[in-house]
Amino acid sequence: MRFALSEDQKMLADSVANALADLSPLERVRRFADAGEDTAPDLWAGLAELGVPGILIPEEHGGLGLGLLEAALAAEALGAAVAPTPFLGSAVLAPLALTLAGSDAQKAKWLPKLAAGEISAGAAIAEAVAGGRDGAGVEARAGKLSGKALFVLDGMTADLLVVADAKGGLHLVETPPAAQRMDSIDATRRLAEVAFKDTLAQPLASNQALERLRDAAWVILAAETLGAAQTMLDKAVAYAKERRQFGRVIGSFQAVKHLCAEMAAEIEPARALVWYAAYAFDHAPEEATVMAAHAKAHLSEIGRFVARTATEVHGGIGMTDLLGLHYWFKRIGQNRQLLGGPEKVREYAARAQGLVSA
Amino acid sequence: MDLTLTPQMAAFRDEVRGFLEASRNTYENGQPRNARDWQAKLIEAGYAARTIPRQYGGFGAEPDVLKARIIAEEFIRANAPRGMAGQGISMLVPTLLEVGSEEQKRRWIAPTLRGEIIWCQGYSEPGAGSDLASLSTKAVEDGADFVISGSKIWTSTAHLAQMMFCLVRTEPRAAKHEGISYVLIPMDTPGIEVRPLKTMTGQAEFNEVFFTDVRVPQANVVGGRGRGWFVANTTLRHERGMLGDPNATEARLGQLIELMKTESVGGERIIDNPIFRDRLMQLQARVYSMKFNGLRLLTSAVTGESTGLAGLVVKLQGCELNHQIAALAIDALGELGILYHDGPHLRAKGNWQRSYMFDLGLIIGGGTAQIQKNIISERGLGLPREPSPAKV
Repeated sequence: MRFALSEDQKMLADSVANALADLSPLERVRRFADAGEDTAPDLWAGLAELGVPGILIPEEHGGLGLGLLEAALAAEALGAAVAPTPFLGSAVLAPLALTLAGSDAQKAKWLPKLAAGEISAGAAIAEAVAGGRDGAGVEARAGKLSGKALFVLDGMTADLLVVADAKGGLHLVETPPAAQRMDSIDATRRLAEVAFKDTLAQPLASNQALERLRDAAWVILAAETLGAAQTMLDKAVAYAKERRQFGRVIGSFQAVKHLCAEMAAEIEPARALVWYAAYAFDHAPEEATVMAAHAKAHLSEIGRFVARTATEVHGGIGMTDLLGLHYWFKRIGQNRQLLGGPEKVREYAARAQGLVSA
Repeated sequence: MDLTLTPQMAAFRDEVRGFLEASRNTYENGQPRNARDWQAKLIEAGYAARTIPRQYGGFGAEPDVLKARIIAEEFIRANAPRGMAGQGISMLVPTLLEVGSEEQKRRWIAPTLRGEIIWCQGYSEPGAGSDLASLSTKAVEDGADFVISGSKIWTSTAHLAQMMFCLVRTEPRAAKHEGISYVLIPMDTPGIEVRPLKTMTGQAEFNEVFFTDVRVPQANVVGGRGRGWFVANTTLRHERGMLGDPNATEARLGQLIELMKTESVGGERIIDNPIFRDRLMQLQARVYSMKFNGLRLLTSAVTGESTGLAGLVVKLQGCELNHQIAALAIDALGELGILYHDGPHLRAKGNWQRSYMFDLGLIIGGGTAQIQKNIISERGLGLPREPSPAKV
């Protein structure tokens, strides 16, 4: 029994983090946000050199063929750098949908291009997982989709869309309709609204595929929040060691030290929860939904605590655009609501262990 | 990450299961029929005093955290009583093994393991709590003896104990941390008075102990004169790990889920109330976090890696979580949760109520939550110590 990352896993996490230090420094993130970019091809191409887009794609289709734990480690690094990438749609949800439910022809057509980072994919599953807002929802009839999907992940520049219909069936849309941007607090992850009208779609036949996609997305969002929260704590601690008031560094005041200790005390055990949820997705399927839901909901809760507390440790400067701490604050805030807020997700956790009466 | 057991470990698990199955009629409802016989049987089989050398009355196995965990899990599964675990066995014995003289080891360890000597711990004083090193119970040299005066508090088993391991100030002129010695005191020595200390639970879980000219041989000092602070610190670490044990927390959450499934109010089961269910799920995520954090620490112990923050947060988070589980149980019981002592409507003998109160004491004891946060921020995050106040 060994509950720890392997040397290969540590190396993968380090190499993604190191690459992002060059590819996605704060100036790059700021340019993406301020210039209203929808895609950062430089980042995705840089990560493709490490194989990140194909992390979950089987080797026979040009990917690395790794598991969700490796994907979660990459997501953690992406969250730590608030990197604007289509990782969730292109590297996690579309590859999983295709491997779980795609035909051989669909796999052969799309997986190698996704693995190489040549194309990107989005996922319209918000309504099917978390319920529809403002009348959103997609109906499937005779190979065609109609209706609108909101909060489409990585949908602005998607060459390919995975869409869940109102009954939980999955579809592949190879020529997605034009997407409208949904401006959100987090300008480093673009969300889209997509209207379907008799849009041609190929069904992805599998009973459990949507559940698997949902569980994977929850783990990835949790891992991203973990990385973002860790960065916020690191920045708060560094600032507390350097900022002086009343003739001493503020990190020597217990009022400030204890805030930092509380953040660390929340983050560190949550790291083990994220690791286990990712491990369970591949190795303990009977626990996968409970653990993924707990990881998503719990990281949302402690992420919110860390986001506000780390900002508070910085004092007034923490609020400024100049410092840029707000990019992490907003990523954490956005991840909390995507694919179900904590209350919704915890209900899934309870249901998955038989605690909800029929 | 690989959470499967090797064939060797699976065989060990089967061995433990076989032992528990074969001894099924020597215990009942988690209690042994005869505590000392059970303890002797456990030591002989290697499920108590496992790593204590044979010449001191233990089983003499090499330390193996995986086997230790398998033993713990299988005993929980079978609802079988563990071996004795008083402060003598869990704190004094490891201390003696580390720093005791050969004579002290031979004299004290074996009878302590067999349950013939019960120990109590004399650390805290009315004026020395979080700032333990400022303790003032003094031991004055007189020939071959020390003469001890002062008092101790929070001494949990003092009314049962034959012996106390105690911190006293032997070198009044030395610096605060360097004037303390760790001394073993027979509780029947003239001049010792034990007074029960009743807490908010209504029970006297603790005592106060008063010393008036208590005479103890200097040979009873462990680890050398003036070295008591360092001797005690080795074992305080064991205590902090024990206080946040995630296995116990998981078992308690299981009891809470059972309670919420069986209790009803106005015809509705508590578990069917979405607000209560949501609160339960919030705690369950925390319990799993601590469980997996525990597995991570266990792996670090096997590989010898430093545990860092993951280890430093266990006492703070674990004790808080236990308290929150008891709090939710009380809310789930509602008005039944205010009943106490006895009566036909009282649930689980009032254990949840008692836990809710007693566990607050565990958040405070063994290093308060605030002291834990100092430790986490200083040792874990590298933040500076609070400067001493300027001398006026």
